Amino acid sequence: MSVFIDQSTRVVVQGITGRDGSFHTHQMVAYGTQVVAGVTPGKGGQTFEAGNGARIPVFNTVEAAVRETGANASAIYVPPPFAASAIMEAADAGVALIVGITEGVPVQDMMTASALVQDKGVRLLGPNCPGLISPGKSKVGIIPGEITIPGPVGVVSRSGTLTYEAVNQLTQAGIGQTTCVGIGGDPIIGTDFIDCLEAFAADGETEAVVIIGEIGGTDEQDAARWVKDNLNVPVVGFIAGQTAPPGRTMGHAGAIISGSEGTADEKIRTFKESGIAVAERPVDIRDLVKEGLGL
Amino acid sequence: MDIHEYQAKELFTEAGIPVPPGEVATTADEAEDIARRLGGRVVVKAQVHAGGRGKAGGVKLADSPEAAREYASAILGMEIKELIVKKVLVTPVEDIVSEAYVGVLIDRANQAPLFMVSPEGGVDIEQVAETNPDAIRKQSVDPRYGLLPHQAYALADFLYDDPKLVRQATKIVGQLYDAFTKNSCSLAEINPLIVTPQGEVKAIDAKVSIDENAFYRLPRVEAYRDLDAEPESESRAREAELSYVKLDGNVGCCVNGAGLAMATMDLVKYYGGEPANFLDIGGSSNPDKVVAALQIITADPSVKAILFNIFGGITRCDDVANGIVEATRRIDIKTPIVIRLTGTNEAEALEILGEAGFSAHTSMDEVVQKAVQIAAQA
Repeated sequence: MSVFIDQSTRVVVQGITGRDGSFHTHQMVAYGTQVVAGVTPGKGGQTFEAGNGARIPVFNTVEAAVRETGANASAIYVPPPFAASAIMEAADAGVALIVGITEGVPVQDMMTASALVQDKGVRLLGPNCPGLISPGKSKVGIIPGEITIPGPVGVVSRSGTLTYEAVNQLTQAGIGQTTCVGIGGDPIIGTDFIDCLEAFAADGETEAVVIIGEIGGTDEQDAARWVKDNLNVPVVGFIAGQTAPPGRTMGHAGAIISGSEGTADEKIRTFKESGIAVAERPVDIRDLVKEGLGL
Repeated sequence: MDIHEYQAKELFTEAGIPVPPGEVATTADEAEDIARRLGGRVVVKAQVHAGGRGKAGGVKLADSPEAAREYASAILGMEIKELIVKKVLVTPVEDIVSEAYVGVLIDRANQAPLFMVSPEGGVDIEQVAETNPDAIRKQSVDPRYGLLPHQAYALADFLYDDPKLVRQATKIVGQLYDAFTKNSCSLAEINPLIVTPQGEVKAIDAKVSIDENAFYRLPRVEAYRDLDAEPESESRAREAELSYVKLDGNVGCCVNGAGLAMATMDLVKYYGGEPANFLDIGGSSNPDKVVAALQIITADPSVKAILFNIFGGITRCDDVANGIVEATRRIDIKTPIVIRLTGTNEAEALEILGEAGFSAHTSMDEVVQKAVQIAAQA
């Protein structure tokens, strides 16, 4: 099994004719994702060639794309000034899953978008996230397909390349994944750690979970408490940013220690108190997962 | 981005919040002139992005224009928390009956603005929250409706008993919310909000932080950026569109991705070293970015080893390898470079680097240990 996406996921790419949208549409199609539509205002009626003979119709609006193609998930690659609006358009059009890849969306724009998304009962992933992949089935976003293989581990992370690092090590050790989810590095995001953990808990095939967090906010602490009370599979955790100075944004807009809140130490302590096996180095993630699975 | 007090007061004044007049001086002469214009008795306040200015001697009360001149001369050039004071704000002395705190920030957990007010102003609000949490009233704001009139009233009512003061404060709370949303702030604070003997409510200190992602629509606020308030390396990094934070160690780090960059710094520390910086070159493999990154890292004299940690996914390892080779052609780098590349086009990258005389690793742990060792022996 997998969570959030599988072979039946039908993707509309918002910003399909842009540089990033175009590149990653090719990648998604090559991986086997069903990309059924693209949206670029003003380019409706065109066809996007996505390699391997794939011809994807482009629409002016998400509403038209959904109506004509039955798309049920959206991947957003539009520039930051328009990203929150693109998220709200997708939510209004009734897709079930919105994956916001765009980095640099103003936080106050996201407050409004997130409120609308919640009203509509839609799942939003991101923004500023790498998306998600259910190995062998589908990927929506930018996670490189070749570093994943199908298997029993659910991975959820706030980061991109750090996740690739951890997943790659699992894969090289022959340990596959049900789904890898990047929830994004912004202060305001849609799907959080707990949402993913709930989905993994309900997924019969996820036998272990990896949580990769970083400094800033309290999502990891909340997730740890949820794990303690609700999750019966082994959980391995890693927190990046132990050497980060307070008050400075470390690349991700959300990776900032504000006052005394959101330090790596605090998160690691909560992980340990909740029975999560804490990896000191990225390479330890693999070994702790092996241990957890009894391999 | 944090802005200076005088800049924050400009934004507040535009929103209608009563702020005493004041002007900025960069020389003692200017400070004296301003003090004379303002009637003689003034406060001279250092404009630096640091808390505890008063304790550091950066805020002085002057009884005359001559005294203002003397204080300005002492404060200008003073170092507060490693920042040199280049500007002072000269503002009239206000007689104070009471001091309150009013602030609004982005509450990540609730994904909404959160107001906090306290009649115990003039001190650090985190301290009040610890020692006397009952002295703080909070109000979450639904971003779609904004701060509702009754919410603003209840916040003001928590601060004052006198209806005349409550009326003024209600208005100020609403104006603060307007300034907060109009300028895409992540924090807007009045501390203290004072009451004068004449019964006027005024903001006499201001702290504002702006979401840099909104700069594309706030050109004037972006121009508030004070290049003196950050190390030159950070200004250069921003121009090159690199995410960089200077630290105190001697292992220069160049990584793709923020999470991996932090994990790399942590691993440097794990193996007994100290990172010299956080640097994320982003997803782009543009050789110019790699060159800029190397220029910034090598300009830091404390860097004794340079560590590349690249996980090729979307970033192609061969592109980064070309960037490194190109950079060493363009600039003379004496500091040893150790490189870890893995993922997309790893084999090609290793070949490119090998031809140029570099050896590259594929294990993150190996390369970090090596960098730490080189830095320790230098």
